[in-house]
Amino acid sequence: MNSAELAPSTETMLLNLGPQHPSTHGVLRVWLELDGEVIVNADPDIGYLHRGIEKMCENRTYHQCLPLTDRLDYLAGTANNFGFVLAVEKLLGVEVPKRAQYIRVLLAELTRISSHLFWLGTHGHDLGAMTPLFFAFREREELMDLFEMVWGGRLFPCYLRIGGLAADLPEGFVEKAWDFVKKFPERIKDYHNLLTKNRIWIARTKDVGVLTKEEALDWGWSGPMARGSGVDWDIRRDTPYSSYQDFDFKIPLGTNGDTYDRYLVRMEEMVQSNLICRQVLEKMPSGDINVNDPTVILPPKEKVYNTIEGLINHFLLIEKGITPPKGEIYQAIEAPKGELGFYIISDGSPHPFRVKVRGPSFVNLSPTKVLAKGRLLSDLIALIGTMDIVLADVDR
Amino acid sequence: MQFLLAEGARLGLSLIGVISLVAVNALFLIWMERKVSAHIQLRPGPMEVGFHGALQTIADALKLIGKELITPEDVDKLIYLLAPIVMFLPVLVSFLVIPFSPTLLIRDLNVGVLLIFAFSTLTVLAILMAGWASNNKYALLGAIRSVAQNVAYEIPLLLTAMSIIIMAGSFQPSVIVAQQGLVWNIFVQPLAFILFIICGTAETNRAPFDIPEAESELVAGFHTEYSGMRFAIFFLAEYTNMFIVSAVATIFFLGGWQGPFLPPVVWFLLKVYALIFLMMWFRWTFPRLRFDQLITFAWKILIPLSLVNLIVTAFVLKLVR
Repeated sequence: MNSAELAPSTETMLLNLGPQHPSTHGVLRVWLELDGEVIVNADPDIGYLHRGIEKMCENRTYHQCLPLTDRLDYLAGTANNFGFVLAVEKLLGVEVPKRAQYIRVLLAELTRISSHLFWLGTHGHDLGAMTPLFFAFREREELMDLFEMVWGGRLFPCYLRIGGLAADLPEGFVEKAWDFVKKFPERIKDYHNLLTKNRIWIARTKDVGVLTKEEALDWGWSGPMARGSGVDWDIRRDTPYSSYQDFDFKIPLGTNGDTYDRYLVRMEEMVQSNLICRQVLEKMPSGDINVNDPTVILPPKEKVYNTIEGLINHFLLIEKGITPPKGEIYQAIEAPKGELGFYIISDGSPHPFRVKVRGPSFVNLSPTKVLAKGRLLSDLIALIGTMDIVLADVDR
Repeated sequence: MQFLLAEGARLGLSLIGVISLVAVNALFLIWMERKVSAHIQLRPGPMEVGFHGALQTIADALKLIGKELITPEDVDKLIYLLAPIVMFLPVLVSFLVIPFSPTLLIRDLNVGVLLIFAFSTLTVLAILMAGWASNNKYALLGAIRSVAQNVAYEIPLLLTAMSIIIMAGSFQPSVIVAQQGLVWNIFVQPLAFILFIICGTAETNRAPFDIPEAESELVAGFHTEYSGMRFAIFFLAEYTNMFIVSAVATIFFLGGWQGPFLPPVVWFLLKVYALIFLMMWFRWTFPRLRFDQLITFAWKILIPLSLVNLIVTAFVLKLVR
């Protein structure tokens, strides 16, 4: 007689975790089949935040799509703008001036730090460490102040434009950014003190949610999730865009592919992002911020008011919009959460025929079922935290 | 007759005293917790109501009194309603034997410590009742966790307590305090103190052992379905339990009311609140353990250690005496 026959017969319990739950990071619903505390089956159910952003893009001009991309991964708005703007520029075949590229990199890396800080705080909070949240948010708040200087808001930037930027950096921004960049490496020690060597933290994260290198690639993981499993792949280094080749940075890699490794990878990524910001600030070139192409960029106001050509140019770009040539394009960037790709089909009209977003959160979430099986309920919470999902990015 | 009247008056007064102590203590501890957590987390905490938010918890309590008492559908009504009471009453009983000073104690029972442990065990029953009767899966999971946890941690708690009790040779709190006249037990039994504080933290369901009500996993755990004052009573009991555990630790290890210059009551309360501060410090610094790790920790580390401690204590005592 084997042990299964000897065991008393038990029933499993169905638990509906979410969509309203403190640690599903938004409106994720997980159907759980529990045997006591052990997860027999975990089925993530998504779609509660589906807004049809991809479809909405089809009825808008390219520039009108830009604010929609803000709302994909709302913790890293600039990264979304960045991907979309780069894709359209690739379609148009224009390259923005060096200064604009550098400013874009600076803002994208600051956004990465801010997104990772948010992850750190909430991940810690999910595992019961309440305090790192406030330490992380102290720095995030400073970043938010910086962002507010640039685009006047906190979460939804819409600062990048197809062919350049909405405006040059405001006065005093560079000094404040230097302040932040200089003090951040000191601040990051606080988080290490609270968590990195904490026995409980290690016990909660080590060997939880392990995916080997091959499995991570099979599941399509990218970004810090894949690097935690040891996949040496970073779009910033391997297919550089927007002058990333000018900067010197390391790609941290994990070895075990567990939650603790992914934690270390993200912590080191913040340091590296900070290094990139430092280099951008050191090397920041002067010059134009927009491409010199009247079919893409609005003419300056004095031309609009004083010349008929300028007025017509302005009118056409506003009324009709940018018209890229017929074709399709895929452009991916290294967003804080992984590969963020935009696949755009243009039929030559001012509206995109199709916009497909390859959001990192959706892909990162997909192996939940495999990772959660046989683990405890508490591990599922750690898993959702380490995946660093934003449901707006999952559902789109 | 006169004796009965005097005793009755004494008991009545004691009851009033205990209830007001419990209420004031809980109000103060909630405020203290909010302030301690705030200062650990780089924020000021409540500042608006009263001096540095001192009256904030009173405002909160008034709000809770005004809240509707919701009884969800399909709950096991009798058990659901009884659970908060079962949670709260044993807590009151424990105050009967706590010696605040040589003179300020209600009953100096010779089984005092035993009484405290016996009644504090009842909170498990209350948590189980609340979780089971709530007809909520989160509450049920919280209750299951709580029972497993409390059973596991009761053993090392009692074993460490035993090593102190055999030193004093009595279950009587006042005797245990008097025995530490020259050297406090914390210096004689440092390991026992650490074990006791760990188990005490677990017994009161405080972080890092707060898995029965792990907010980010089980919403609010066993009291998810309780609202208004019913919820407040659970809260009250939790904070009062903290006081009792710290009081017992003070009696066992910190020499109870003893101390120079200040009156005994002040010394006693100072030590109790210092220990409570320590427990709050744990909560706002450590992540939460996982359920299986928690149980493993109790069975594989705490119980063997406390057993060894007990055996060594017994052995040394035999040699000395």
